[in-house]
Amino acid sequence: MRIDALSGTSLLYNLRFRAILYQVLAVGSIVLLGWYLFTNVSQKLAEQNIATGFGYLSREAGFVISQSLIDYKPTYTYGRAILAGIANTVWVSAWGVVLATVLGLVVGIARLSRNPLLALLAFLYVEALRNVPLLLYLFLWYALIVTGLPAVREAWEVLPHVFLSNSGLTVPSLVWTSDYTIIIGALVLGAVLAFAIRRRMTAERITTGKERTSWPLIGLALLIPPALAILILQPDFTVSLPEKGRFRLTGGSQLTPEFTALLVGLALSASAGIAEIVRSGILSVRKGQWEASRALGLRDGQAMRLVVLPQALRVIIPPLTSSYLSLFKNSSLAIAIGYPDLVMVSNTTMNQTGQAIEGIAIFMLVYLGLSIAISLFMNWYNSRVALKER
Amino acid sequence: MTTATDIAEAQLKMPVRRDPDVGRRLLHRTLKPLIGTPLNAVITLVCLWIMWLGVKGAYGWLVTRAVTEGGAQACKVGQGACWPYYEAKLRFMVFGVYPYDEHWRVALAMVLFLGAIAVTMIPRFWNRKLLMLWAITIVATGVLIGGGVLGLSYVPTTQWSGLPLSFLLSAVGLALGFPLGVVLALARSSKLPAIRVIAIVFIEVIRGVPLISILFMASVMLPLFMPSGITVDKLLRAQIAIIIFAAAYIAEAVRGGLQAIPRGQHEAASAMGLHYWQSMRLVVLPQALKIAIPPLVNISIGFFQDTTLVTIIGLLDFLSTVRTAMTDPNWVGIAVLEGYVFAAVVFLVFSYGMGSYSRFLERRMRLGHD
Repeated sequence: MRIDALSGTSLLYNLRFRAILYQVLAVGSIVLLGWYLFTNVSQKLAEQNIATGFGYLSREAGFVISQSLIDYKPTYTYGRAILAGIANTVWVSAWGVVLATVLGLVVGIARLSRNPLLALLAFLYVEALRNVPLLLYLFLWYALIVTGLPAVREAWEVLPHVFLSNSGLTVPSLVWTSDYTIIIGALVLGAVLAFAIRRRMTAERITTGKERTSWPLIGLALLIPPALAILILQPDFTVSLPEKGRFRLTGGSQLTPEFTALLVGLALSASAGIAEIVRSGILSVRKGQWEASRALGLRDGQAMRLVVLPQALRVIIPPLTSSYLSLFKNSSLAIAIGYPDLVMVSNTTMNQTGQAIEGIAIFMLVYLGLSIAISLFMNWYNSRVALKER
Repeated sequence: MTTATDIAEAQLKMPVRRDPDVGRRLLHRTLKPLIGTPLNAVITLVCLWIMWLGVKGAYGWLVTRAVTEGGAQACKVGQGACWPYYEAKLRFMVFGVYPYDEHWRVALAMVLFLGAIAVTMIPRFWNRKLLMLWAITIVATGVLIGGGVLGLSYVPTTQWSGLPLSFLLSAVGLALGFPLGVVLALARSSKLPAIRVIAIVFIEVIRGVPLISILFMASVMLPLFMPSGITVDKLLRAQIAIIIFAAAYIAEAVRGGLQAIPRGQHEAASAMGLHYWQSMRLVVLPQALKIAIPPLVNISIGFFQDTTLVTIIGLLDFLSTVRTAMTDPNWVGIAVLEGYVFAAVVFLVFSYGMGSYSRFLERRMRLGHD
């Protein structure tokens, strides 16, 4: 009775009514704000005579992109230019992730070394990279490459056939023919086969309890398809080696100073973060786990692979995901040193067409989409390594 | 009768037996990790070699090969650090285009600001009086930098630059981003679906795109969204972008803290008759924010470094004034390394200091006395 009387006094004291009221208010104010901004924008655009819509994507771009993975010429469309920018962003981020992971793993393990000098060096490496902004390093590497290195004529040969000069890094490259695409396809096929065989043999071992040596079969599955492809196609493996000519380097492929500085900057700064992640991951596995695996008769390598690493990965994967994501997002700093990534190409497009809203919308959507794709993939991988509880 | 005291005294009187091997054992303990195995010995040698190269290079550049006198010409010939460059350009690198005669004002403001931060860092002073201190500091630094009152000449925001601008952008960004971040974190863990969805979309969109795109949005798109006739200061636009960006990251750190609070705390607060806001303000948030302090300090370090990105949209922050100093016609191409090394050292000192503080806080919380 009393409760009814109380709830009858005012709707405001009804919890369900209040929940609905709050939500209506929140959504309503956002809709109102959006509508207000929209009217402002349409008025401004009309006043300033700026076109709207994405029609410009199919018009001729007319600007040069200094380096592109996909085929691009100034006569191509804006849409194509933006695609070239996306390809460049993905290219530098992918290499950055690979390099940063390798470096981070090495430095992270070095941080835990029993050798105090090595641990100290790794510590200095991490702190020097973590405490100085990436943008400063990018400017610094770029300035060092452009002003500190010798001209092409006096290029340093750092490794045989690897030249470093103020126009970037020149490395040997394979002359790409369509045969290679087929060989790579065969490699992938072999890997899939090997994976399937491994799965079946593991399942068999679990059900029958019999141990069979699996590696010869897996090795064969891995090797036969590409070997067959090579035998049938008989491609000529031409490696283009850079040679020092009188005035310039011939052959090989050229990594521009912008690309080199960006790649080095991104990889180094991310590797410092990854080193810390690896270190804390390994530290999170208790000493007892090592001792227990030794007591079970596992060798050190086996203990690392079968006992310690699976547990460390559980701790490592989530923060590793966010450091890959931030490397990918940081590649947008390319604009500061002139590497034609997505942001820089979009910026040029915006300057030429005046359509800022569309330009920014495109690159924000692309970043958002790729970020979500990376985190979905890493979440999937994480759920595989995560603790399986009953 | 022998008592414990007697035994202790007897022990004290006993001649201390000197371990003849103590020195050798100590030597063994230090050397074993260095040259215990052949591989370790090689690693040690390589490390020593790298360190030697580093020290030799740094010492040569800073001291033996350094140019200490003369002007740009001497530095152009010399191979080492150019000290005259620092002499000529230090004030520009730090204060930028702020009026030269008024530099004392920004310098004083920075001293006040850093002093307030130093006081804030000491856990003993964590109480309500801190808010007073910060209110005074904010008003004082605002008056000192902006001027226009108390006989101080007015300095427009276009002349705010250098290290003070970097501090300002990150401090205001974090200070205003914090309450917004807390509200977003509460909204994200709300029971009301519409409010939760709004918070999730906002946080994830901001975290999914690079800071530079939000800065672009603020500098290029925001003017289009304003009604005709109203212009927003360029510095303010960048500041808004940084606040929004900071809020999204702070929200995630606070959410981590909120999730660590057991449900029993919420239930106990309700049982005491507290309504939602009371239970949040008096019971849940004080505990959640305490847990979130170390990640929040780490976010602050990141933001201090990230403010350098405003260089790209043309604001004169510290990195930008350092780069502008290099383009002085008298010095162009001469002191590139000098400029970047100076900027790097400044960032290193502040970031490393804050990082050590964050580790101190984590240790203190793990002890968990209060």
